[in-house]
Amino acid sequence: MRYSYIGVLAFILVGTLWLEVLLRTRVLRRWRRLALSIVPVAVLFCLWDIYAIASGHWDFDIAQITGVYLPGDLPIDEVLFFVVVPLAGILALEGVRSAKRGRAGWEAGDEGDAS
Amino acid sequence: MTYTALAILGCVVVVALDLWAFRTRLVTRKVFWTAYAIIVFFQLLTNGVLTGLRIVRYNDDAIIGSSTPGTFGNAVNAPPPFFGDGRIAYAPIEDLFFGFALVTLTLVLWIWLGRRGVQRDPQSGPPLFPRRHRPSR
Repeated sequence: MRYSYIGVLAFILVGTLWLEVLLRTRVLRRWRRLALSIVPVAVLFCLWDIYAIASGHWDFDIAQITGVYLPGDLPIDEVLFFVVVPLAGILALEGVRSAKRGRAGWEAGDEGDAS
Repeated sequence: MTYTALAILGCVVVVALDLWAFRTRLVTRKVFWTAYAIIVFFQLLTNGVLTGLRIVRYNDDAIIGSSTPGTFGNAVNAPPPFFGDGRIAYAPIEDLFFGFALVTLTLVLWIWLGRRGVQRDPQSGPPLFPRRHRPSR
């Protein structure tokens, strides 16, 4: 199946985006901070990926990915992975913070006062 | 360098950045490890699909375990082991380190930016359906 990899990414998105609504994580509306967090990390891990592919650490089943490649033989599926997974990670962290909001001992360090 | 070496190095670098460069100290915080426990559960699930279906295949030159069956000179045609031979939920254990480095570095930047005043607000919560709970202590 050409969209197996994309299907996994869609599952991750569906599994986390509801936090934005039901837990009011307000991550997407802080899109500038979100982009500044994700883009540098995605670039770094794309470089790691290109190195790993060139070194033969891993490869991909052409039948199960889109078949669209970026320079460096990097499948676009992988690039999307490095956007979707960090987004899911931030939503998870902010989801826990929403659920534990106002409780002592649950500070993440950006509350604005001493923490 | 092998994937094993790179993945461990990646974790060491990210923890060093967290503790001493960005000083976000996420790895000392309960909120981080609670979120991470949830994240790693879903990593095992989703990465299990990517590796168990052999969408991504690994070379035994780079990992602790054997090559993914059917690739990199491994003649067997079957899914990789679910557990054992350097694998957890079909995935090489190196992926756990890779995932930690990927997610933690992102969260370090996210918190560091917030601390520097980049869109600190609106903060998350409260949930749409707040639970009644005891006052914090």
